[in-house]
Amino acid sequence: MCSEKGKGEAMFTIDVSAFDDLLSAIKAKGYALLGPTIRDRVVVYDQISGSKDLPIGWSDRQEGGTYRLNKRKDQAFFGYSVGPQTWKKFLYPDHLKLWEAHSDGSRIEIEPATPESRRYALIGIRPCELAALAIHDRIFLEGPYLDPHYQALRADTFLLAVNCTEPGGTCFCHSMGSGPAVKQGFDLALTEIVENDDHYFLVNPGSDRGAEILQEVVYHEATAEETARAEKALSDAEYRMGRYMDIDNIRELLYRNLEHPYWEEIAKRCLNCANCTLVCPTCFCSTVEDSTDLSGASASRTRMWDSCFTSQFSYIHGGSVRQSAMARYRQWITHKLASWQDQFGTSGCVGCGRCITWCPVGIDITEAVWALRESEGETRREKTQLTGV
Amino acid sequence: MLPQVDPMLPTLYQIEKVTKETEDTFTLALNPAQTDGLPPFQPGQFNMLYIYGVGEVPISISGDPAIPRTLVHTTRAVGTVTRAMKQLKKDQQIGIRGPYGSHWPVTEAIGDDIVLVAGGIGLAPLRPALYQVLAMRERFGKVVLLYGTRTPEDILFKKELENWRKRFDLEVYVTVDRATGNWYGNVGVVPSLIPKAPFDPHQTTAMICGPEVMMRFTVHALQNRGMATQNIYVSMERNMKCAIGLCGHCQLGPTFICKDGPVYRFDVIERLFDKREL
Ligand SMILES: Cc1cc2nc3c(=O)[nH]c(=O)nc-3n(C[C@H](O)[C@H](O)[C@H](O)COP(=O)(O)OP(=O)(O)OC[C@H]3O[C@@H](n4cnc5c(N)ncnc54)[C@H](O)[C@@H]3O)c2cc1C
Ligand code: SF4
Ligand code: SF4
Ligand code: FES
Repeated sequence: MCSEKGKGEAMFTIDVSAFDDLLSAIKAKGYALLGPTIRDRVVVYDQISGSKDLPIGWSDRQEGGTYRLNKRKDQAFFGYSVGPQTWKKFLYPDHLKLWEAHSDGSRIEIEPATPESRRYALIGIRPCELAALAIHDRIFLEGPYLDPHYQALRADTFLLAVNCTEPGGTCFCHSMGSGPAVKQGFDLALTEIVENDDHYFLVNPGSDRGAEILQEVVYHEATAEETARAEKALSDAEYRMGRYMDIDNIRELLYRNLEHPYWEEIAKRCLNCANCTLVCPTCFCSTVEDSTDLSGASASRTRMWDSCFTSQFSYIHGGSVRQSAMARYRQWITHKLASWQDQFGTSGCVGCGRCITWCPVGIDITEAVWALRESEGETRREKTQLTGV
Repeated sequence: MLPQVDPMLPTLYQIEKVTKETEDTFTLALNPAQTDGLPPFQPGQFNMLYIYGVGEVPISISGDPAIPRTLVHTTRAVGTVTRAMKQLKKDQQIGIRGPYGSHWPVTEAIGDDIVLVAGGIGLAPLRPALYQVLAMRERFGKVVLLYGTRTPEDILFKKELENWRKRFDLEVYVTVDRATGNWYGNVGVVPSLIPKAPFDPHQTTAMICGPEVMMRFTVHALQNRGMATQNIYVSMERNMKCAIGLCGHCQLGPTFICKDGPVYRFDVIERLFDKREL
C-alpha cells in the first residue's frame, strides 16, 4: 500500500495535544500500548493507556552505579533516558513454559506450549533499543533454528520510536552508531521539542502503516525552523552523552588481549551479581529448568534468562569452565564487543549505558576499552575527536 | 530456515536394548516410539536426550550411521540426568532432539590414512566414524585406532574391540593408565602410542575425542610426527542447554560448539585451545 506522504524524507509536526490521538489511533488498530512509566522511582516499561501514564516532567541522572529521577522545569513527555528494564521482557519473557509432558511410568506424551501471538505497540522505544531489537530479530528469527515464541510475540509490533534529545550520563549510543536519532526499523519516529512555550513533536513516518496512523491526527508539514530545531537538539545530544567508546578495530583489540592483567583488576571489584546481563537489551542467554508435579504424572520445561556471570553457566561434569570472576567478565565483554561480530555480524553492544548505571560497583564497559587501549600506548581521545562535534 | 516445528520439542523414542558396558557406562539402543524418527545423522553428531521430569543432556551418537533409524547412545553416569538415564529399562521412553553439530570428516578423508584417537568415553563419538570407514574400507590407506582408558575395567565395547583387533586391515592399540588384574597390554597415556603407530603423517586425517588435556598432548604428538594441524580434528565439550545456537551456553570464543562444533579442525580453534577458562 502506498501512502500519500511517502516514507522517510518528509517531516511533519504534531502539537503535543495530538499525541494522545496518535496513541488512540494505534490502539484502534488493535495494538496493546506499552510504554515508559514510573514505578518505585525508576522508569519501567509497562502497559499504558495514554500520555498520563508517561513520566511527564521527569528526567534522570545516571552515573556508574547511580540512578536518580529528578523533576524537570518543563513538561517534557520523554525527557529522560533508558531505565533498568528493556523491551525484551515482552518479546523474550524471562520465564516461558516450552512444553508439558505426561507419563504413566513408561509412555510419555509431550504437549507443546502454543506460541502466543501479541500485537504490541512499543511507545517511546529509543534508537539504541531499536538497534537491540534488530539484533534479537537476527538471533531469534534468522536461523538456522528460529524461536517460535519470539516469532509469535514479535510478528506484528508497532514501533513508535522517540529520538533522544536528553541523553543520559552513561549513554554512548553515538559511539556505537545506534543513536541518538533512529535510522531505520520504525513505524513512526518522534523528536520532542519543548522550548519556551512551544511543545511539539517532529514526526518521521518510517513505514506505510506509520504514515497511515499519522493521517488520523492533526499534523502539518514541518517548517524549516521546526526541522532545524530538531536537528540541533539531536546534534547537541551527540555531544552531551556521558560516555564515549572508540570502536575502531575493537574486535581485534579484545582478541589480542585475552590474557591481560586488566581482567584481574576488574575481577577484584566485580561481584558476579549478573546485573549487567539482566539489564542489557541484547543479552539473550537462557537456561531451561525441568520439573515435575508431586505425583510425577506431569512434567514441564521452562526457559529462563540466564547469565554468563553465574558458575553453573559453564558447568560441565567436574567443574565450571569459567571458575573465576576474571574469566566471566572477560567472556561477557569479549562476547559483547568482539565475538558477537563473528556470530551475528553486528556489535553486541548498542551503547545504552545500562550495564554501567546498574552495576553496584560502577564497572564501566567504556572504561575497560580505554584501559586496554591505553595499555597498548594509545592516548585517550577527547569526545570531540570521536564524535566530530 | 528449517521447518516451522518447535526446535525445542523432543521426539519420543523407546528403549529397545540396554547394554551394560562398564560399571558406570551403558549403551541404549532406541527406536522411534511413534511415527518417523529424527533425520539421519553423521558420525560425530550428538542428540539432546530428555529423561522425563529430570532434564536433558547432550550425548553423542555411538551407533552405525548406515542404520539411522535406531539411535545408539553410550553414556557414562556422572550426575543427575545421566544417573537417572542409567536406571531406564527396555520399553521405557525418552525424548530426543537432534541430530546436531558438525561431524567427523570421513568422506573428506577418502584416500588418506585414518588415525582415530579416543580417551575414555571419547570412543563412543568416534565409533560411528570407524563404522563408516570400515563400510568403505578399500577407499582408505592404513586405519589405526588408539584407545586409552583409566583401567582395563573401563574399556568400552570389549567384544567389538576384540573383533576389530582380529582384522588385518585395522590396527588397534589399547592402553590403560593403570594395569589391574591380568592386563598384559600397554600401560601409559594415549599420546605415548603415537610415535610407533603405523601411518604416513603427510597423508593422514586424525580424529581425536577425549578430555581436553589428552587432546592437547595427542595433537602435540601428531605434530611431532610431522602432521599438519589442518588434518587434525578434535571434538569439544561445553555446557549445552539448547543445542540450536540460541541459549549461549556452549560458546567457545566466537563459535557455538552446538553448531560450529563439536568437531573442529584443530587449526580453526588452536588460538582458543590453550587459553585458560575461555
Ligand atoms: C557434544 C557433547 C557430546 C557428549 N557426548 C557424550 C557421550 O557420548 N557420552 C557421555 O557419557 N557423555 C557425553 N557428553 C557429556 C554429557 O553431556 C554430560 O556428562 C552430562 O551432561 C552430565 O549431565 P548430568 O546431569 O548427569 O551431570 P551433572 O553433573 O548433574 O550436570 C548438571 C548439568 O550440567 C550440564 N553438564 C554437566 N556436564 C556436562 C558436560 N560434560 N557437557 C555438557 N553439559 C554438561 C548439564 O546441563 C547437566 O544437566 C557430551 C557432551 C557434549 C557437550
Ligand atoms: S553492554 Fe551495556 S551499554 Fe552495551 S547494550 Fe548492553 S547494557 Fe547497554
Ligand atoms: S560487572 Fe557489575 S553488574 Fe556485571 S556482574 Fe560484575 S558487579 Fe554485577
Ligand atoms: S547449546 Fe545453546 S547455544 Fe549452543
